[in-house]
Amino acid sequence: MSVTPAPVVPPEYRLAAIHAAVDTHRARPGALLPMLHAIQDALGWVPPEAIPAIATALNQSRAEIHGVVSFYHHFRTSPPGRHVIQVCRAESCQAKGGVALEEHAKRSLGIDWHQTTPDGAVSLEPVYCLGNCACSPAIRVGDEILGRVSCARFDRVIEGLCEEVPA
Amino acid sequence: MSIRIFVPIDSGALSVGAEDVAQAIAAEAAARGLDIEIVRNGSRGMYWLEPLVEVDTHAGRLAFGPVTPEDVPALFDAGFHEGGMHRLGHGLTEHIPFLAGQERLTFRRVGITDPLSLADYEAHGGFEGLLKAVGLDGAAIVKEVTDSGLRGRGGAAFPTGIKWNTVLHAAGPDKYVVCNADEGDSGTFSDRMLMEGDPYCLIEGMTIAGLAVGARHGYIYLRSEYPHAFHTLQQAIAKARDAGWLGSDVAGSGRSFELEVRLGAGAYVCGEETAMLESLEGKRGIVRFKPPLPAIQGLFGKPTVINNVMSLAAVPLILARGAAFYRDYGMGRSHGTLPFQLAGNLRHPGLVEKAFGITLRELLLDYGGGSASGRPIRAVQVGGPLGAYVPESQFDVPLDYEAYAAMGAMIGHGGLVAFDDTADMARLARYAMEFCATESCGKCTPCRIGSTRGVEVIDRIIANENRDANLALLDSLCDTMLNGSLCALGGMAPYPVKSALTHFPQDFGIAPVTAE
Repeated sequence: MSVTPAPVVPPEYRLAAIHAAVDTHRARPGALLPMLHAIQDALGWVPPEAIPAIATALNQSRAEIHGVVSFYHHFRTSPPGRHVIQVCRAESCQAKGGVALEEHAKRSLGIDWHQTTPDGAVSLEPVYCLGNCACSPAIRVGDEILGRVSCARFDRVIEGLCEEVPA
Repeated sequence: MSIRIFVPIDSGALSVGAEDVAQAIAAEAAARGLDIEIVRNGSRGMYWLEPLVEVDTHAGRLAFGPVTPEDVPALFDAGFHEGGMHRLGHGLTEHIPFLAGQERLTFRRVGITDPLSLADYEAHGGFEGLLKAVGLDGAAIVKEVTDSGLRGRGGAAFPTGIKWNTVLHAAGPDKYVVCNADEGDSGTFSDRMLMEGDPYCLIEGMTIAGLAVGARHGYIYLRSEYPHAFHTLQQAIAKARDAGWLGSDVAGSGRSFELEVRLGAGAYVCGEETAMLESLEGKRGIVRFKPPLPAIQGLFGKPTVINNVMSLAAVPLILARGAAFYRDYGMGRSHGTLPFQLAGNLRHPGLVEKAFGITLRELLLDYGGGSASGRPIRAVQVGGPLGAYVPESQFDVPLDYEAYAAMGAMIGHGGLVAFDDTADMARLARYAMEFCATESCGKCTPCRIGSTRGVEVIDRIIANENRDANLALLDSLCDTMLNGSLCALGGMAPYPVKSALTHFPQDFGIAPVTAE
């Protein structure tokens, strides 16, 4: 699952994580998604050097692997901020002030969807339903789902995240 | 004897602070030297009361909610753990009208038991269906499911027994059972609640399906937006295997069934069954042509049963109590119950399991308590992001697959999203096309290109650019998408658009037609 990666991951650690993921899952039927999940869980994204390593292990072309990585919204091909915040854009959240929350999130962080704050603290992503529709509007911070998120609660969450990592 | 206090571990309850409440209760009890046992249960589905804390008493379980950590000392001061009164108290949980009126079959254990306790599961009727199935041959199990009238709860409402029968009679030693747990429809959360609150029920249903059709391997394809459900299922599968309910000798039957959870990766279209199979095989989630049906050539080219979580979770009870018991609920050809999910702008959002035949008005007003904002409910989107917007004039149509199809709507997975009179239906129609454009797999042109053109045309209509011509164009575009798309994504995205146009034309700047 999505984790908060260390700000700078040495290249040799990255390669080790990639090979560990590949070796763990290569024998499973339909191994590609489990591999990509394992890599992203370890590193926070799927770096370019993962593509040839996976392609070799699965005896597929690099184009095929790239095609899969780029198809799924979940997989990132650039490193995210220390915290990834997903804001639900789906209908139930819209019915409960979600649109205002989306705008507040973008404005207060000063970024648009799929961008990261200049200090590298927070990446903002849209999500289409977190299954928390009875507690709309909802957001996800890492693996934590939060419900009934007012603009004020959003600000408190961001404040809490920024305190965790001293500048 | 220690006092049992229930604090849900359901992700919806956690999202509004249940973890902090559980910790506060533990700390306060320790400080007061009280002997309590905190049980982390699923959610009762009364989300406006979450975090909902329950206390076990000789009369039954008492409900308190919504509880914040700050309320905890006062609750103990009031003696809530000994049946004392407090302003957050709601009396006996089972007597709360929202719960008392329901017909909980699939959800009969959710919120009551500890989700990961096998002893709890068995004490509440768990594995009775599987033990019955172990004594039957495949055809007899399939007959029971067919006779129950169960239809696919993912949305398509295809008879489950007929699907199983096809796989049962398909040739070959390798077959699969795949559970579609890619609950991507906005406004739906019943699959999540069940997987987090009663995971063994799904495991039991899948195992019965495996015994019925002769499959030895099952996959649960779970969306990556459900991290809590993922961890719960992983643990439940391991425990069930250790206890002999899964593995090489299921319940002493000599037959094997293995189960694993696979995570999706944020693609809505992977809820479409053939795209899901592609994804499970490690490919892009691109929709396949049908035929061949997955029941004949499914996962890895083998015969495959694909069912939604709710369909599979209904199976254990059908086996345990018999087909007739289940079939007697409902109306017409819609047998049994549906766990409806009340979401959006409602005072009492949550899960209501009722037999088919209930009306939207009953669900929205009697259970949902009307809008949260206090304003009139203007429209309800039924059945997810591809479902029609139902206006108030249709609130009395019974929720029955055929009755809904007849009015150009669909029940789908049973999600209801209510909007009050501040909703801008033109913007919601635009959103439906935007969502389709974002999530299209790209295989067929009507969906891939049509959704993008749809956003543009709706923008022009809203901006009053050549409105009449663009309305005609939108109509034609919707027609092309409806009839020319490969799957339901492009094929149904016009439903919310057309229903919004039909019932709320003024939002698009069109004078309403009074003739209807």
